[in-house]
Amino acid sequence: MTKREFKGRNVVAGKMKGEALVSKEGVNTLATFQKSILAKKKIVQGSDQNNPDTFKKEITGKVLCLPRTIGSTTGGMVLQSAAAMGLAPSAMLFSESIDSIAAAGVILADVWTPNKIVTIDNLGEDFLNYVKDHMTISINEDGTVIVEG
Amino acid sequence: MNYRMQLTKEEIDILNGSQGEVMAKIMKSLVMYGDVFNASRMVKINAPAHFVTSFGISLMTAVFDIMDEINQSGIETKEKFTVDPRPIDYENVKCNLLEKIVFGIMYGKQEDYEEQLKKVGLKDDKAFSCTCYMEEVGNIPKKGDILSWAESSAVVYANSVIGARCNRNSALMEMFGAILGIVPEFDLLTDQGRKASWVVEVKTSKKPEAQVLGSAIGMKVMSDVPYIKGLDKFLGDKLDKKTKDYLKDMGAATASNGAVGLYHVDNLTPEALEEKESLIKDKAKVYVIDDQEIERVKENYPIMWSKLDKKPSKCFVGCPHLSYQQLLDWTDRLEALLKKEDKKKISIDTVFTAAPDVVERFKSNDQYYSKLKSFGVNISSICPLMYMNNPISSKRAVITNSNKLRTYTTARYFTDEEIARIMVRGKVND
Repeated sequence: MTKREFKGRNVVAGKMKGEALVSKEGVNTLATFQKSILAKKKIVQGSDQNNPDTFKKEITGKVLCLPRTIGSTTGGMVLQSAAAMGLAPSAMLFSESIDSIAAAGVILADVWTPNKIVTIDNLGEDFLNYVKDHMTISINEDGTVIVEG
Repeated sequence: MNYRMQLTKEEIDILNGSQGEVMAKIMKSLVMYGDVFNASRMVKINAPAHFVTSFGISLMTAVFDIMDEINQSGIETKEKFTVDPRPIDYENVKCNLLEKIVFGIMYGKQEDYEEQLKKVGLKDDKAFSCTCYMEEVGNIPKKGDILSWAESSAVVYANSVIGARCNRNSALMEMFGAILGIVPEFDLLTDQGRKASWVVEVKTSKKPEAQVLGSAIGMKVMSDVPYIKGLDKFLGDKLDKKTKDYLKDMGAATASNGAVGLYHVDNLTPEALEEKESLIKDKAKVYVIDDQEIERVKENYPIMWSKLDKKPSKCFVGCPHLSYQQLLDWTDRLEALLKKEDKKKISIDTVFTAAPDVVERFKSNDQYYSKLKSFGVNISSICPLMYMNNPISSKRAVITNSNKLRTYTTARYFTDEEIARIMVRGKVND
C-alpha cells in the first residue's frame, strides 16, 4: 500500500478519515443530489446523467474529490440541506480553488447546521490524478490530506 | 471568529451581535464567504435583489428553519426583491391525480414559504420569474450596479448583457447580502475578475442555436470568463430585443452546462464595446466552434427516455422564461408551420412559460393571444424544472428547447426548429 500527502487550503477545517469518491469533472450539485433528496432516500446516489464518475454512486458520507462544482445557484442551499439531513459527503476536496456555490454551501452548513462538511481546496491537479474511488483518505486540521491505496 | 477582511465598525458590531444573534450569523456567513475568496472588504449593493429559491419543497426543512429564524427576528431586506418562478400551476399545466398528490406532498410548504418570503421583503405576488430583468417585471439593474442575486441564468444575463456586477451567489447567500445591503468584493465584482481567460471563436456557417452554443461554451470553459468572437457576424452590433433574447438563452446554457457567470461578445456586449480585446487575459486559451463542434456537442447529450421513439407527452418552451417578443415569434412560427401542414392545432400538450407580467402583457394582445390559444398552447409562469423534479413527471416523455431543463431533468432537448415540427406532427422521428 502506498501513501501520498497533499497540502491544500482549509475552507472548513476538520480532522476525519473516509473513503474517496472521485469526479474528474465538475460536480453539478443540484443535478447530483436532487433526486435522492426529493425521494427521501437515506443515502444520496448521484443523479447527474452528465457525470459518469458520480452517476448512481453513493455520495453520502464519502470524501468527494473533485475539481469544482458547476450548475445551478441553488447548489449551496442543496449542500446545506443535505448536511442538515445527514446526507452530505463528509468532506469535499477540491483540486482547484473552490467555486462560489460550493463555498456558500459548506459555509451555510458550518454556520447554520450542526453537521459540517470538512472542505479543503487548491489540492492541485496531481491530487485529482492520483486519487481513485475507494482509496482511504485522512484529513488533518492543517489542510493536509493523506491518500492511501 | 477570526477573519481577514477589512470590516467597518458597523460590520464588526453586527458580527459581534449588536443587532442580535441571527444578524450575527448572517454577517458571519458573508464574512466567511468573502474570506474564502480573499475579498478585502464589503461593498454596498445598489439595486434590488433576485432570489433563486421560490419553491416550498417540504424536504428543504433546513431552509425553512433559517427563514423562520430570520422572520422571528423581524429581519427584512433593504429593498423589495424578486424571486424565481413558482413550481406549480394546476390551471395551465395539466396534471393527473397522481401528480397532484405528489405535488401536494412535495410542495406542501409552498404557501408557508411564500409567507416567509413576504415577511422578508418579496416585491409582490407577481414577482415570480427567472427573468426579473424583463421590462415588464422591472427588476432591471444598470451597468456597473453591484448586485446580490442568485439564479444562474439571471446572474449571467445581468453581468454580460447589462454590465452589472454580481457573483454567482448561492441561494440564501444572496438573501444575506440583500438583508445586510452589502456583499464581499471579489471575482466578478472586480475589474480583474471580469477579464476573459478563454477566447471562443465562432466559425459556424450559420447562426448557431443559442442553447447549443451556450452549452458548448459552458462545458468547455466551466467557470471561466469567455470572450466570444464571430457571433456579432450573426447577431449584429445592436443589443436589440431579439439579440437580448438570444443572449438570454445562450447564457442560461453556459451557466447550467458549465458555471459561467459572465461572458463578453465582441462588438456587442457593453464591456466588450468599451474595452474590446483588452478584456482578454494574456495566454488566454482558444476554443473554436464550427458546425462539426455544434453537431458533436448536440449528439452527445444523453437521452434519458426508455424508448427513443416514444410519443412526447408534454413540451416545455421557456426555460428561462420567454420574453414578450419570443411569445410573438413562437406564435408566428407555429402559425406558419400549421398552415404548411394543413392543421389547426398542435399535437403535443405544450406549455410556454413566461413571467406573470409578461403573460399579462401578452394576454392584452388579443390577436396573438387568441391565436396561440387556438393552436392549443398553454401559457404559464411555472418553473418547468420544478415541475419535472418528481418521480412521476420525470417518467414522462417531455421535450424541451431548453438546455437547462435537459441538464437537470429527463427532458429531451430539441432545437427550436425541431421542437416546433414535433409539436405540430406529434412525433419525434418524422
